[in-house]
Amino acid sequence: MATDEINATKTRQAGATNFLRAVGAVVWKDLSAELRSRELLSAMLVFALLVILIFNFALELDLQTRRSVTSGVLWVTFAFAGTLGLNRSMAVEKDRGCLDGLLLAPVDRSAIYFGKAISNLAFMMIVEAIVLPVYSLLYNINLFQPGLLLVILLGSLGYVAVGTLLASMAVQSRTRDVLLPILLFPVVVPILIAAVKASGGYLSGAEMSEIMPWLNLLIVYDVIFTAIAFMVFDYVVEE
Amino acid sequence: MIEVRKLVKRFGLKTVLRGLDFQAQPGEFVALLGPNGAGKTTFLRILSSLSRPSIGEVRIAGFQLPSQAAAVRNRLGVVSHQPLLYGDLTAEENLRFYGRMYSVENLDARIGEVLELVGLEPRRRDLVRNFSRGMQQRLAIGRAVLHDPDVMLFDEPYTGLDQDASSMLDDVLRSVAGKGRTVVMTSHDLARAEDLATRFDILSRGMIAASSSRADLGTGNLLTFYKNALAG
Repeated sequence: MATDEINATKTRQAGATNFLRAVGAVVWKDLSAELRSRELLSAMLVFALLVILIFNFALELDLQTRRSVTSGVLWVTFAFAGTLGLNRSMAVEKDRGCLDGLLLAPVDRSAIYFGKAISNLAFMMIVEAIVLPVYSLLYNINLFQPGLLLVILLGSLGYVAVGTLLASMAVQSRTRDVLLPILLFPVVVPILIAAVKASGGYLSGAEMSEIMPWLNLLIVYDVIFTAIAFMVFDYVVEE
Repeated sequence: MIEVRKLVKRFGLKTVLRGLDFQAQPGEFVALLGPNGAGKTTFLRILSSLSRPSIGEVRIAGFQLPSQAAAVRNRLGVVSHQPLLYGDLTAEENLRFYGRMYSVENLDARIGEVLELVGLEPRRRDLVRNFSRGMQQRLAIGRAVLHDPDVMLFDEPYTGLDQDASSMLDDVLRSVAGKGRTVVMTSHDLARAEDLATRFDILSRGMIAASSSRADLGTGNLLTFYKNALAG
């Protein structure tokens, strides 16, 4: 009996090790390929910078009004640039049949999801890390506040958790470029609302009691959608 | 090694495989031949666990699909007409990635062996996007044998290859098949199939219409056998 338990424990540990190794392998592969090609990051970055530049000239605002629109402009920029990245990230897998290569590996398929989601989050965070100082300069607003950075992390996490799952679905379709935004934006509306409200709260110096409900919504949404993706990814990618 | 009973696959209202029965033993090289739309690729995608059967039983190396898919995938190597390789990674990086996904032990040494096997050792640090189609296909075979699988599935591996690349691929295929592995290959190239396979199965309208071993068929009779099977 004791031997059976030890064997079962060893099997579980080996399974967990293989799972983490597969997640790490997917992240390593995505980052290595992107470091070399820079296709995805450059597209996301140029798009994001253009959006904030256009908003800067389109909205000739006083300092107070700029503060009030900042959270909205930021999240519109992140959401649209993120869609570009999500589409490209899965298109790379589909174009040369590499998605089949991933699905043929003898690992739990949710490891592929988590690997892709972590890579997508890394790409989004890199873009955000460049966009924030540029925005601060253009709009003369200090965005480097710990609370705001936490909201950006939580919002991006939820966006990527949903986006990676839906991009895996959309990539199977011939109309994937238009299908992803149509599928994604209705589902991430709660994340975007919560992120905009929480970001706006931090920028306007609101009380924590006003910000906390939005932060809680972000956290709950992140957990729920990560769990859903973990459960359904296998079915989404299989014929 | 491979055992398939009464396999049915439907896509909506369209039935692609209609109660297909199939068996392949260790060491057998089965050429699965048939016209376009016969269901060859669908059958191979089910064997490789990329697609679920609608009805029927599929067992590979004693493990059932789809319930024991991970155990099956650990024993499978799959090569299709697409290379399943990343153009922005080098040959070595591609193999390293797949080696990690398959938890291959002594990965550095194994990558060297595989690159030698497929004749790409001198190009190990070159980006795959700069490889010719033939080189990509050889590396795809290297990727498929990296974890030393018992069963190899080839789906139209010669698609898009010129004569030289096809001859080179013949040599690699023989070398891969000659290690007691079970090999199933779909192809439209009867001459190549006759040269390589030990058994020929003709797939027509979602069922095996005829089957014969190389010994029973003799040399130079595959075309007649193929035509008769489709006519019948």
